[in-house]
Amino acid sequence: MRGLLAIAFVVAALAAVPLFVHSNVVLNFLVVTLMIGLAGQGWNIIGGYGGQYSFGHAAFFGTGAYVTAILQVHYGVNAWIGFLAGIIAGAAVGGIIGGLAFRAGLRSSYFALVTLAFAEVLRILASVAPITGAGVGLLVKLDLRAQSFQFQSRAVFYYVVLALVAIGLLIAQWLERSRFGVWLIAVRENEDAAMALGVDATAVKLVAMIISAAITAAAGCFYVQYFLFIDSPIAYGTWISIEALLTPIIGGVGTVFGALLGALVVKSLGEGAKFVTGDVPGLDLMIYGVMLVLVIAFAPRGLVGALADARAGLTRRFGAGAPRKIAEVARG
Amino acid sequence: MVEALLSVEGVSRRFGGLLAVNAASLSAPAARITALIGPNGAGKTTLFAVISGFLKPSAGRVRYAGDDITGEPPHRLARRGIARTFQIVQPFAGLTVRDNILVGAHLRHRARTDALAVAEKVAAEIGLSDSLDRPAHTLTVAGRKRLELARALATEPKLLLLDEVLAGLNPSEIRDIVPVIRSLSARGIAIVMIEHVMQAVMSLAEHVFVLAEGRIIAEGSPAEVANNPAVVEAYLGHGAAAKVRAGHAH
Amino acid sequence: MLSPIILITAVLNGLMTGAVYALVALGLTLIYGVLHIINFAHGALLSAALFAAFFAYQKLGLDPYFAAFLLAPGFFALGYALQRFVIGPASHGDDRNMLLVTLGLAVLIENALLYEFRADTRTVELAYSFKTVNFGFTFLSVSRLISFVAVFVVALVLWLIMALTDTGKAIRAVAKEKLGAELAGIDVTHIYAMTFGLGTACVAIAACLLIPTYYANPSAGNAFVLVAFTIVVLGGMGSVPGALIGGLVIGVVESLGGFFFGESLGQVGIFLIFIAVLLLRPRGLFGVSA
Repeated sequence: MRGLLAIAFVVAALAAVPLFVHSNVVLNFLVVTLMIGLAGQGWNIIGGYGGQYSFGHAAFFGTGAYVTAILQVHYGVNAWIGFLAGIIAGAAVGGIIGGLAFRAGLRSSYFALVTLAFAEVLRILASVAPITGAGVGLLVKLDLRAQSFQFQSRAVFYYVVLALVAIGLLIAQWLERSRFGVWLIAVRENEDAAMALGVDATAVKLVAMIISAAITAAAGCFYVQYFLFIDSPIAYGTWISIEALLTPIIGGVGTVFGALLGALVVKSLGEGAKFVTGDVPGLDLMIYGVMLVLVIAFAPRGLVGALADARAGLTRRFGAGAPRKIAEVARG
Repeated sequence: MVEALLSVEGVSRRFGGLLAVNAASLSAPAARITALIGPNGAGKTTLFAVISGFLKPSAGRVRYAGDDITGEPPHRLARRGIARTFQIVQPFAGLTVRDNILVGAHLRHRARTDALAVAEKVAAEIGLSDSLDRPAHTLTVAGRKRLELARALATEPKLLLLDEVLAGLNPSEIRDIVPVIRSLSARGIAIVMIEHVMQAVMSLAEHVFVLAEGRIIAEGSPAEVANNPAVVEAYLGHGAAAKVRAGHAH
Repeated sequence: MLSPIILITAVLNGLMTGAVYALVALGLTLIYGVLHIINFAHGALLSAALFAAFFAYQKLGLDPYFAAFLLAPGFFALGYALQRFVIGPASHGDDRNMLLVTLGLAVLIENALLYEFRADTRTVELAYSFKTVNFGFTFLSVSRLISFVAVFVVALVLWLIMALTDTGKAIRAVAKEKLGAELAGIDVTHIYAMTFGLGTACVAIAACLLIPTYYANPSAGNAFVLVAFTIVVLGGMGSVPGALIGGLVIGVVESLGGFFFGESLGQVGIFLIFIAVLLLRPRGLFGVSA
């Protein structure tokens, strides 16, 4: 219950933002941030809760993006149906890659490598295949009507992506309370011990991978609707594989809010850096690289973990209820 | 004659050129404690790995409650009612004791509230009620052994495979855990234990199998096995049985 | 019909390219064999080394083959420092963390190069860059021939280091049994760093061999390193002969594949081999079961 309340509170707070913020620049930043957060929420399911570190989540982002773009551009399919189809396609690709990798018993480094390889194969194929527009990419026709899943106002896009993020939060919350989640986390902690306790580790990982892929694919579909353009380096490039894993790791792997928090921090730092030094390419990713190393070194459980540790530290030093008492005092 | 719940028939396991287990056969009835002993390197843990589904045998069959379970994966065996603990304890280190046991409890109970209730009950039986909210990695060795036991127990097994559950415990800890094991047997669970702590084995087990160099070399009651010259030789070396007998003659 | 001469030339070119792939893979497999991690920063380090080789020529007028003698120890030191002071401490000994830390370094290095030098490619024009040697039935590039020979020399030197020096023996010990080596008094932290340094030095030498006929840009290393991953997995993680043979094989496959199917599909072919090996026989041709 407490978890659901927290989610409701956060979502409501975020929903209130467009009421006060009208700047397109800021709204754009928030939309992109939430979209990256969504992709990260997907990674978090298999990487955070499942402990299987995928380095190729671009495979799902890109598949979602391309499927919805191709359906709209080449077959005139309705954008909303295309969106759904993109998610399903992404989930299917997740099932294929996960099925192959987990059946083969791949773990750790090998799993990271194989996911990287799959994403690269897709990137290269998409850069030469005619249906994906090859090197040129695909442009979705501008049609600012709701039925085309395009909106005049950026605020509407914001609400759409926020709704998707909210679903992601709910899925993570469900995971933490359900038997499936307990099994998934057990597999992450110790796969052999989990199997000895009746957990079908391969099946559990596969299902987690499919859910993970679906969520990240949704982010890809959203990208297409928002930017109306997709090409191979955007769809399947390493940038999204990295951002999808970076945000939950920095925010807190295996937590409900980790990916969202991480996205806010990562994107803010990236934008801040660009602002200070001008729009030089490479700076934001440089910072991401440094952040990744620093977080692993000093706060492996991410921001959420660090906050939890701080809370535990206060409790240890000053007794139970200390954090609350301190908060009360601070409030005056 | 008690019906055997577990029946291992001529199981062999080869690793390249090494025959770790050689046509080993044993049986374990319900509600009894059966021990598998033998010198280090005899192949006991390998045999356990075959029985519990972590390894496939190179030859032989494993039967459980009448079904042929040879080569079935561990999670399927757990569902059938076979649970095992590990020689080197494998806690879910980052989780609390309660969450550790919860994983086992969820095998038979889908709903979280039901599973939590089972976890608390099992913790009480094993004596871990005070530690439920502690992270598993803060437990002592004895605590971790109890946790292994509790987790396995939460799956409501009919057959419990204990791999050196007493290893690393001091005499008073052993004294505390032995009655727990006995009470499990009293509830009808068949127990097969690999053990080196001879005192405990002799007092707990009703039937003992001795494995040496991959072969079963003796079986019987604890007293019979202790006096078996082949067993003495396996532990103390060639000619030891004669020396022991010669020593007794004085 | 396809002339056998063209085919043979393609194979020979594949072997020469493959040799350099093998050198890059050698560094990677060495690091894996001892530290048991995939060094995701390998590609970025290669890009950095290519830039270093480029600037050694442009600013210092150093011929790349001579620059190798400067860059190899320099990059050895860099690799040593990275492992000793960044990767090792940051990972807290956890496999998964090491993956992430090397990934983080990769992103950092590649984008630092991008930030500093932009994305344009830099090439080096040497007197012998386009010279070829006449073998009677075909012509082969001088620089690539030199690379081919150089790689085997480096492999030999590495083998000698491993077999004869104390450090080499210590490295082999740690690769086989870390705990035992530690108990025998070997400073594992130092050996890990030495190994990483050696792997990075291999990359630096490869860069010097490549720069006469290749180019430097921030993502140049990546293209090579994914192929190097394939080779390491194919030849067997931690196997030096595996890396060499695997490199030559992949070089030939790429050359023939590109020849028949075009460059992009040739690359896809390599990745598909990679995926197939990972799924079907992860320990590769010569590797030890994980």
